[in-house]
Amino acid sequence: MKWTSTMLVLGLMLCSHTQAIEYNQVQVNQSALTFGYKQMGVAMDGSFKQFTAQVRFDPARLANAQARIEVTLDSIDTGLKDADEEVAGKLWFNTRVYPLASFFSTGIRPLGGGRYQATGKLTIKGRTLEVTTPVTFQGAGNRGVLDGNFTLQRTAYAIGEGEWRDLGTVADDVQIKFHLVVFAAPAVAPTSSNLPPRKKP
Amino acid sequence: MKTAHYTVTAIVLHWLMALLIFATFPLGLYLADLKFSPTKLQLVSYHKWIGITLLLLVVLRLFWRLTHTPPALPDALPRWQKTASGAVHHGLYLLLVAVPLSGWLMSSAKGIQTVWFGLLPLPDLLNKNKELGDFLGYVHESLNDLLLLLVAVHIAAALKHRFIDHDEILSRMLPARKQL
Repeated sequence: MKWTSTMLVLGLMLCSHTQAIEYNQVQVNQSALTFGYKQMGVAMDGSFKQFTAQVRFDPARLANAQARIEVTLDSIDTGLKDADEEVAGKLWFNTRVYPLASFFSTGIRPLGGGRYQATGKLTIKGRTLEVTTPVTFQGAGNRGVLDGNFTLQRTAYAIGEGEWRDLGTVADDVQIKFHLVVFAAPAVAPTSSNLPPRKKP
Repeated sequence: MKTAHYTVTAIVLHWLMALLIFATFPLGLYLADLKFSPTKLQLVSYHKWIGITLLLLVVLRLFWRLTHTPPALPDALPRWQKTASGAVHHGLYLLLVAVPLSGWLMSSAKGIQTVWFGLLPLPDLLNKNKELGDFLGYVHESLNDLLLLLVAVHIAAALKHRFIDHDEILSRMLPARKQL
């Protein structure tokens, strides 16, 4: 009787340990933030070379999940040198006044099969709007990957004002794609330190 | 004496291409130094669309040329002029292929696909490579300088035959007028 209950407790511990693995260290140099847009009907793509991300993600405890991403807008690579310089300017990102774009998650709900739907506040150029994005999560051991993409309208954030408002030249829709590689930091994993001391035989 | 004419197909192709070259050449020259703007993006696209159209037309023209014999030059024409005429025409055909092709290659290397009239995406011929793109830009420009030179010689020769020599060489490429 005593033996069974011990096994049960141990089993539960083990179970909660494997489920409650929290991924909270973003490996920025393995992650990517890219975007796609259309220019004169031509599909173009680009990326942001610099961003920081703080993520807490435990598939078993979604209520605690959090993401905060800050993008250095000057680090943009549009694929065209002229465009890189242009988009830093007042009509586009106005990076002198608004150097960063930021995203704060406000919630995430499961869609099943490793798929989720996350909502959050996206702030660009002083304008904050709510965005919703599908996210997929794939975890293997202490390494996980969060992938997702959503479409925003650049004019909603006044990105590309004045002569650039012409949507026939640069389309309104911009597809944002993120790929975050996250690790579960052993030191911070809450259950590992809560494990009972090993029983002496 | 009755003038031998090029066929209607050849005449239409010749003048249509002339018209498009006179549109897209100065356009290319103008936009090369234009400040980055929506206007520039639009003009670059128009320039590329016309260029690809010209590439298509020159293929049709080469096909015509391979399946037809152009009207003979007058017997009285000095030998050196016949040789020069042949050389200039070969050079023109070569450049009419090379100029748009170098533009297409340049666009590919610069990572901006060509979408003909905004509708038909053409395959990228090269992978994106900035250095190669800049080099091909230089090639495109140099080939255009050469094209400008040959077109100038071509026009000057045509006008000389028409207004100085008063021969029928230019008439071959003009629509046949009804005999009175």
